[in-house]
Amino acid sequence: MGNGSALRKAGIAVGALLILVWCLLPVAWIISLSFKSQESITNGSPGFFPADGGFAGWDNYVAAWENDQFRRAIFNSIGISLIATLLSVIVATLAAYAIARLEFKGKKLVLTTALAIAMFPVVSLVGPLFDLWRAIGLYDTWPGLIIPYMSFTLPLAIWTLSAFFREIPWEMEQAAQVDGATSWQAFRKVIVPLAAPGVFTAAILTFFFAWNDFVFGISLTSTEAARPIPASLSFFVGADPFNRPASLLAAGAVIATIPIIVIVLVFQRKIVAGLTSGAVKG
Amino acid sequence: MTHTVTAPAPEAQRKKASDRAVAENKLGMKLVAPALVVMLLVTAFPMLQALWLSLSNYALTAPDDRSFVGLQNYVTALTDPLFWRTMAVTVGIMIVTVFFELIIGFVFALVMHRVIFARGIIRTSILIPYGIITVVSGFAWQFAFSGTNGFVNLWLPFVEGNFNWFGEQFPALFAICVSEIWKTTPFMSLLLLAGLAQVSEDMIEAAKVDGATWWQRLFRVILPNMRAAIMVAILFRALDAFRIFDNIFVMTAGAVGTESVSFLTYRQVIEQFQIGMGSALSVLLFLSVLVIAFLIVKLFRVDLAAARQEG
Repeated sequence: MGNGSALRKAGIAVGALLILVWCLLPVAWIISLSFKSQESITNGSPGFFPADGGFAGWDNYVAAWENDQFRRAIFNSIGISLIATLLSVIVATLAAYAIARLEFKGKKLVLTTALAIAMFPVVSLVGPLFDLWRAIGLYDTWPGLIIPYMSFTLPLAIWTLSAFFREIPWEMEQAAQVDGATSWQAFRKVIVPLAAPGVFTAAILTFFFAWNDFVFGISLTSTEAARPIPASLSFFVGADPFNRPASLLAAGAVIATIPIIVIVLVFQRKIVAGLTSGAVKG
Repeated sequence: MTHTVTAPAPEAQRKKASDRAVAENKLGMKLVAPALVVMLLVTAFPMLQALWLSLSNYALTAPDDRSFVGLQNYVTALTDPLFWRTMAVTVGIMIVTVFFELIIGFVFALVMHRVIFARGIIRTSILIPYGIITVVSGFAWQFAFSGTNGFVNLWLPFVEGNFNWFGEQFPALFAICVSEIWKTTPFMSLLLLAGLAQVSEDMIEAAKVDGATWWQRLFRVILPNMRAAIMVAILFRALDAFRIFDNIFVMTAGAVGTESVSFLTYRQVIEQFQIGMGSALSVLLFLSVLVIAFLIVKLFRVDLAAARQEG
């Protein structure tokens, strides 16, 4: 027994190390790449770390930040993702409350629709939406991206939220009212604190989706008026995928990843709970 | 879950209860209506439009030549070897990535389930690939595999220093799969971890007392008890992998035979403005996803209702 458990402990330690390497190595690589100088990239500088004399300091970050299109894309991404998240979570909260708490016709329909849309191949919408958006003037605008982002984040938001809402002991609301609280007080002091973590989790997952989207971003925009970061990165310089200013792109990629890392560091627990309740339980 | 009054009640009270049920029904419908409208607005309506457009010969480059051609676009697509090649590439990527994600994701889930020290650090780092933009992951791996500026060729012992991964179909597909697997395995492992947490420890302990080896416990106790979680994870990831687009766009732009069905559709519509043909491909893509979902649900008898705890 003692021998087996020592072996198991060693196995788990190796596994844990493997997970860390798996998750962090490519991140370390893109950071390292962002510090290689332009000249060394053009001349070819194989290897994980910048070679001697090929270290660029913060040059690539400065260059990326001074690029108007890139700055504009960050602004677009933040604005579009935040608005889409806010609207999506409001609409999903109403729907999830109804699904978790009320008996009504069409509940199955909503859940089935949400499930179908979660599996929908987004590219198959690009053509018709491209046509439609151009006809009604939504092409290359913020709302032109916010609307599809809402549609595609609603399923995950509805599942996550209805899973959370089902766990809330709603009797407590009545108990508070019996104890003399008004309905508003009961709602604000009892229900809101219990529901807030779920709403928050849904918001984070929605934000991740909007921030990550690429298909809509490249198809429904044509200028920096609405082009989000992923699209902007892919169009950074020309369309030739074999000859790109790698280190400059890497710096842009690192800048685009910082918000995600901050969110992950701060809300790690909530994200895990949301992901698993949304897909496995919810 | 149900809050309707079901206890036998006197006539008056039952009437009141049914009034309440009617009001609840109305409120419920009102609350879900906005969500339903937004979801259908962007999917059902454009999909119907795609169905209609796919029956016409319509290109934005020659908008006046629009004409009704019936199923001609579908016949053209389905008899073109290009369509079948992209289909084979897409299905291949789907099977390979889901297979490796399942195995690696399960190992990760086992480790995360048992690990005591550094639990927080591990769970935080596993979310980083999940959160990273797919385009960034594609770039990171494209540059890593690059012969001029990457490190993969130097680190792999059996590969020439100047080997060009993006010059041929299979090496290029390999690089694309690596990026895809790297980014999505964490998601898979979290789903499997949730399933693992639902397996009763008592049962595992009982098997241990009865002298079952580690492998026996894994295959006879743990895996059968997390079937639902595994199946849901496979279903979600397979459909997601079938839609692969971002990595291909960034890493090869569809060169050297790495086009997926999604990429082909995109190229027809957005780059070549072939709305009619593109719409036909959109419909075919949508139907393929339906068929794959149906096959997985039937083949593995996935019980989505049970998985969602609806029943």
